[in-house]
Amino acid sequence: MADFDQELDASGLNCPLPILRAKKALAALESGQVLHIIATDPGAIKDFEAFSKQTGNELLESREDGGKFYFLIKKS
Amino acid sequence: MSDKKLAIIATKGTLDWAYPPLILGSTAAALGYEVQIFFTFYGLQLLKKKLDLKVTSLGNPAMPMPAPVPVLLQALPGMEAAMTSMMKSKMQKKGVASVEELRELCIEAEVKMIGCQMTVDLFDFKHSELLDTIEYGGAATFFEFAGESDINLYM
Repeated sequence: MADFDQELDASGLNCPLPILRAKKALAALESGQVLHIIATDPGAIKDFEAFSKQTGNELLESREDGGKFYFLIKKS
Repeated sequence: MSDKKLAIIATKGTLDWAYPPLILGSTAAALGYEVQIFFTFYGLQLLKKKLDLKVTSLGNPAMPMPAPVPVLLQALPGMEAAMTSMMKSKMQKKGVASVEELRELCIEAEVKMIGCQMTVDLFDFKHSELLDTIEYGGAATFFEFAGESDINLYM
């Protein structure tokens, strides 16, 4: 797995909380730093793609493992 | 990032209908939209400092029930409170944010909330019962922002 600067565990949270928490966490990072997000909401896959496209923060990785979803987002 | 604008009119004040404007408003703000929500009629309930929102299956045959309950029984005293607490505990179990939390997230994200002054007068609300952070206005105030918005939603 790639390196990251900050981790956000959004397990158990439902739409739109993972996105809102991620937005807040990214705000605290510097440009180029990477946020690792853990989520259990299956809607998060499409939502983080859409979030990345609309905010310009690059989605480096999106994967599922054992019912959990992991995302790496690089702050623009 | 985005200089898009979203305008929402929130007209309903039940627990279930509190969600759409607050979810979409907070999410749009997170995506970089400038957001204004105009709260009118029953929607003004969502701006009370002390929220007391309820949900009912009366007149709403689409509400999922654990077991079928005849409509006349749904009208019995205590049913509304029972359904409200059932809905709240279900939401908590599924990790759905509370209305209070979503509203707070909207405020944090600088979603501009406008209370309809006509409704305040109509229902004899006091400004002191409602959030201190909101502004008051009328239809023309709404159109000032809505007219230059990319998305306008009525809920």
